[in-house]
Amino acid sequence: MDGLKQRIIKAVQNQPQPTVTILSSLLAVEDELGYIPREAVEEVASLNQATINDVWAVVSFYPNFRTVPPCDHRIEVCWGPSCHLVGAMPVIASVLEAAGLEDEGDTPDGKLTIRYNTCLGACALAPVMSVDHHLAGRITPDRGRELVTETLKSTGSGES
Amino acid sequence: MAADFLEIQEEALRRWEALTDGDSPWIRVGTALCGQAAGADQVIATLISELERQGLNAQVSRVGCLGLCFAEPMVDVLVPGQGRVVYGNVGPGDVGGIVSSHLGKGVPVADLVLGCIGEESGEGLPLLEQHPMKASEQRIALRNAGHIDPLDIYQYVANGGYGALNRALTEMTAAEALEEVNASGLRGRGGAAFPAGTKWRFLAGSNAPDKYILCNCEEGDPGAFNDKGILESDPHTVVEGIILAGYATGANHGYIFIRHGHDGPIERARAAVDQAYELGLLGKDILGTEFTFDLEVALTGDSYVSGEETALMEAIEGSRAMPRFRPPFPAQVGVFGKPTNINNVKTMAYVPEIISKGGEWFSGIGHDKSTGTAILCLSGALNYTGMVELPMGMNLNDVLNEVAGGVPGGKGLSFIQTGGPLGGVLSAAATDLVLDFDIFRSAGAILGSGGIIAADEDTCVVDLTRVLIAFCQYESCGKCFPCRMGMSHMLEVLERICRLEGTPDDLALMRNIGENMQAGSLCGHGQLGFNPVSSALRYFPEQFEAHIVDKRCPTGSCRVRHFSPRLSRR
Repeated sequence: MDGLKQRIIKAVQNQPQPTVTILSSLLAVEDELGYIPREAVEEVASLNQATINDVWAVVSFYPNFRTVPPCDHRIEVCWGPSCHLVGAMPVIASVLEAAGLEDEGDTPDGKLTIRYNTCLGACALAPVMSVDHHLAGRITPDRGRELVTETLKSTGSGES
Repeated sequence: MAADFLEIQEEALRRWEALTDGDSPWIRVGTALCGQAAGADQVIATLISELERQGLNAQVSRVGCLGLCFAEPMVDVLVPGQGRVVYGNVGPGDVGGIVSSHLGKGVPVADLVLGCIGEESGEGLPLLEQHPMKASEQRIALRNAGHIDPLDIYQYVANGGYGALNRALTEMTAAEALEEVNASGLRGRGGAAFPAGTKWRFLAGSNAPDKYILCNCEEGDPGAFNDKGILESDPHTVVEGIILAGYATGANHGYIFIRHGHDGPIERARAAVDQAYELGLLGKDILGTEFTFDLEVALTGDSYVSGEETALMEAIEGSRAMPRFRPPFPAQVGVFGKPTNINNVKTMAYVPEIISKGGEWFSGIGHDKSTGTAILCLSGALNYTGMVELPMGMNLNDVLNEVAGGVPGGKGLSFIQTGGPLGGVLSAAATDLVLDFDIFRSAGAILGSGGIIAADEDTCVVDLTRVLIAFCQYESCGKCFPCRMGMSHMLEVLERICRLEGTPDDLALMRNIGENMQAGSLCGHGQLGFNPVSSALRYFPEQFEAHIVDKRCPTGSCRVRHFSPRLSRR
């Protein structure tokens, strides 16, 4: 537990930009740990002279913050209008099927998170998905399924 | 450290010459979000190992976006003494051949060539400027995109960069710099198209000691990627624009505001800021003058509404991105309670060229009160998808049919969706209009940030409306009740219509919800939130009727299972 606290303090105190806020501190923790543990809420509150309630208000507002530890890998699939028009929905269906999920979320074995993203920013190459932060464009349902299978086979964490 | 700008320029030119006219070839690979999505990283890795394997020497750079995103990964080879040759759709398997033939023997691989830049570099090879997507382009904000290494400040300086800043600081008063922007007629490219010069005057008129310039790259609009594209391709033009805005308005602090997770734009913006500090172009006493300006990159979490100017200030202060009441307006009470000016990335990217070439030059380009160019993001059912900069006044039909090459598979165009989810749809029959903020508005559409998403005749407009409203519902910040509940309610109605269970009363019900959202919401999200539905109803009443009365979807695309986030803001 001390190790976790050390990592939180280091992340919060080593932010590259001069302006440090509740949100910037939480983003730094998210980058370091992949989620916002209770200890981080307390730490961010005390470093920003804010209440725990103030910090939770920010954590619960932005859906990019997780409050449970991350899975080994993370796949995001775009469901925005550009991607939708060129076949995002069948891609999402096959990605979910390959992961054994009904909807966005974590696989029970903690290996993979699937998330719907509103726009990954490569609309000209729609449909788009990202695997552990690496973008992939012009995805077909088959390619989506392949990427999930490859990701599940690869060992270790994709965050490295 | 007051650096001498002439020294910086000399150093930059010396390095540029060594790069472009030295002993070894220079290979540029597009690595903006589009390039990455197409597999540029793999191409670069293969390129480096092939060079080593074949014992050839070349400088490899990761550049931004030339605009022809559909042809990524693109590899741009410059062999000294020859012209530039751009290859398109390059796979890792093509790289070995390009290296051995073009670099080894001086013979370009004709089959893969997209076009040459500058001069023809081989018989029968086309010029890139003749490509339909390039032929009508006039690049101002995108002038360096795809040409220079965004992580190298010297390459920006070698191409005229920071010359406008040097000129403004040494030859112009703040009022003169502001007047150039005013005379240019530059209007905000973030969506509202408000005149930038007028906005700057509001801030310049304040005598407060601390004033802020914010540059908005939140860009949550699906189908828009030009802000990110500019920051990834040429971050220094944005940095220079922001410093000039600070000088013209008497502000000394700035923020570039980007969504967390867009790693490319964030890393390149941060690097640009650091390099500008190192060369004395940011910080205390810039270029030896008495002007001081500090700039940093601030991040937001996932929130579409944080792109709204007052919500953006809340996010910079570290809170929930919810809009504030206006008045007071940002120019009086902005971020941290100080007078503030906010402009979009594209707006800022024009400023250096306006200062260099004059406001009159800029106002001579364009159409009526929409001066300059439109930076469009073309996506959806189009042959040539990507990012183009076209003079205002060009006909939208020409943009769709020529620049974008029409709809793939010989299909007909059904409608386009412009200016982000709140911009609504425009039927194919209504696209005979020119690129102009006011003309678009009177047609019931928004040119806005420049996203144009095209849908072919197999697309159900009711289905797309459902996706747009699902987006708006998910992204409502929840502050204003009419928006928070209205979006959810409207989504329920649209889902019902898509299930063919809608009733004729549903249309009146949606209108009622829409009017309430417009009247009762603080920001554009709720105020414009009915646009997707009202514009679809305006152009395609028969499609809604088919779903509601005849109980059938003319295209059948409603039947595909839908996925959208169930999460909401708590």
